[in-house]
Amino acid sequence: MSHKIWDFKGGIHPPQNKSQSTQDPIAQAPIPSRLVIPLQQHIGQPAVTLVTLGERVLKGQKIADPGGYVSAAIHAPTSGTVVAIGEHPIPHASGLSDLCIEIEPDHLDEWGDRNPVADYSQVETGNLLAQLRESGITGMGGAGFPTSVKLKPREEIEITHLIINAVECESYISCDDMLMRERPEQVIRGIRILNHILKPTQTLVAIEDNKPEAAAALQSALETLGESNRIKIISIPTKYPSGSEKQLITILTGLEVPNGGIPADVGVVCQNVATAVSIYKAIELGEPLISRITTLTGDALQQRCNLEVMLGTPINELLQHTGLQEEKLHRLILGGPMMGFTLKQRNLPVVKTVNCILAVTAQEIPDPAPEKPCIRCGFCAQACPISLLPQQLHWYAKSQEFDKALQYNLLDCIECGCCAYVCPSDIPLVQYYRFAKGQIRVQEHGRTQSEHAKRRFQARNQRKENEAAASALAREVRAKAAAEKRAAKESAATDNKVDDKAAVIQAALKRVNAKKKQQVVQQAPTNNRDSIGD
Amino acid sequence: MMTILTPILILLGLSLVFGALLGFAAIHFRVDEDPLVDQIDNIMPQTQCGQCGYPGCRPYAEAIAQGEAINKCPPGGTATVQALADMLGRDFEPLDTDKLADDSKQLAFIREEECIGCTLCIQACPVDAILGAAKYMHTVLETECTGCRLCVEPCPRDCIDMVPVKPTPKDWHWPMPKAKLIAPPVSIIVSDHTHTGHA
Repeated sequence: MSHKIWDFKGGIHPPQNKSQSTQDPIAQAPIPSRLVIPLQQHIGQPAVTLVTLGERVLKGQKIADPGGYVSAAIHAPTSGTVVAIGEHPIPHASGLSDLCIEIEPDHLDEWGDRNPVADYSQVETGNLLAQLRESGITGMGGAGFPTSVKLKPREEIEITHLIINAVECESYISCDDMLMRERPEQVIRGIRILNHILKPTQTLVAIEDNKPEAAAALQSALETLGESNRIKIISIPTKYPSGSEKQLITILTGLEVPNGGIPADVGVVCQNVATAVSIYKAIELGEPLISRITTLTGDALQQRCNLEVMLGTPINELLQHTGLQEEKLHRLILGGPMMGFTLKQRNLPVVKTVNCILAVTAQEIPDPAPEKPCIRCGFCAQACPISLLPQQLHWYAKSQEFDKALQYNLLDCIECGCCAYVCPSDIPLVQYYRFAKGQIRVQEHGRTQSEHAKRRFQARNQRKENEAAASALAREVRAKAAAEKRAAKESAATDNKVDDKAAVIQAALKRVNAKKKQQVVQQAPTNNRDSIGD
Repeated sequence: MMTILTPILILLGLSLVFGALLGFAAIHFRVDEDPLVDQIDNIMPQTQCGQCGYPGCRPYAEAIAQGEAINKCPPGGTATVQALADMLGRDFEPLDTDKLADDSKQLAFIREEECIGCTLCIQACPVDAILGAAKYMHTVLETECTGCRLCVEPCPRDCIDMVPVKPTPKDWHWPMPKAKLIAPPVSIIVSDHTHTGHA
């Protein structure tokens, strides 16, 4: 059971605030009046809609196909009618709208076809991955990376570790904790499938030591399912951000994912516990990803709990359901207090990556104090889990010297917010880094675009030159041909005359010569004969 | 006599050898074009819009290498001027103001029902971003259009609009954090620290 664990540099210990939402078991959220399902709930290409307006869809029916290799399918969370396909605000930091399919539920909750895999141990990995892709499984920890892509590392890589991320290090969020407490068997069954697909030498479930109930539940499920030899549950010290993929790999293996690399580069694949459960449901039950467990918490809610929510459920209906007290509400945050963002509106749907909706009072999370000048205390550098120099990055982002920020490895920043948390000057450091990262991306995009435009411009110029050259050549050839023709005609005219004359003369000469010869020949024999005869 | 002749001969020999080497290098490793022009051209936005008064980005780059002002490129904006100033060691100059500097990207859009299929815009487009044939409707390829506006002028029907590109969640980026103008009560000393987000 004992497994050596490492520590990563930095990190912080923010107040947990998790117990508020773990008092009641997971409850089912009611079917909402309308479901809004964005076509882009994952990293990669948006999904491509398969349904038409007014079409009746069944629960679990695929309503959008993956729009590319890195993409995920989307399914109807309940039965109903497609009432709109168009732009709708989505839960995104920008507050912008994107393409969504809107479904009006008929409250029958009638299932469509479910195609479970009877015995996955007999099925080829490729087919299982295809089933996951068809079931719309994406990472549920936060980023939403399509799972079928993540589970297919490059051929030459040998996966030594499968790490199941049950850390859930951010304050307030308890959806994974509750999932493990209540459905440990589903978690283990999901991990079994992952083991079958990846065949790692070691499978580790990492869980922070502030969730002993969940760890115990998983352990007993391991024993019931007879998997305790193959899957190990590792308790790690509670520290933020241990749940960050790269930090977790360091904690469990002592390895470090190289700059710009992915975990597979060091032979590791990480999966979130909730993702493991959705994998189990997709393979063994044939149920696509149509709902998730979301934590609704914060002092402005009467009922702080974890709800199993259909994807596409509007947040305002969930807030109503949990008894939002408007007068207490100060801020509505999507995600945790460290990495989440403030919502400007409430008619936004829950998507595959929404793990927490936080309705906080002004006492809980007050507005940040005004930014004061950096005093170079260096706390941020001590807190940074990536060993970056947040102070330097802050100067360069602020003065928009992005090339220097890049030299200081800005792109390695995971935006965990530790630096801003410890900053005594209340500098919104992460916002500066996000700004700088965005600008760097804009500049890069501009460069590739101008390079592209340049190529097209040059190609066009080349083509025009070629065309001009070709037409000049054609003109020349034509002119030459015409000149030749003309010359030929003229010379033919004169030549003919000359030739004729010469020929006539020649012919005349020939005739004359021939005559002369004949005369000579005729005369000679007679002469001979005459002489003989004489 | 020999003492002075020897060094002279040695030096003469050396100078001949090095002279020959330099001469060989000058001919053999000759750079046909000013490499500076390429570097400047790489900074240019390559819209080929001609707003600088030169027929394209490269001619302007050549002119800059000859000493032309660096602030004549509205599509490149301040960033390009800054990059040029950094590279050439010249002073930063604000963008030439009589030219409109519009930061937001625009794309050409042909109101197709009004298009008569004259092909004039196709001929004007420096990056072949307009599709169509004589007496057939034309349309702009969104992915190729650089927003240079060169097609707007030649259109006899005036049916080409420059449409600003709508931001989508995919190409949205975080803005620079704004300094707060109205500050809430600030905790200056420990005793007036009324509430805290950290425990």
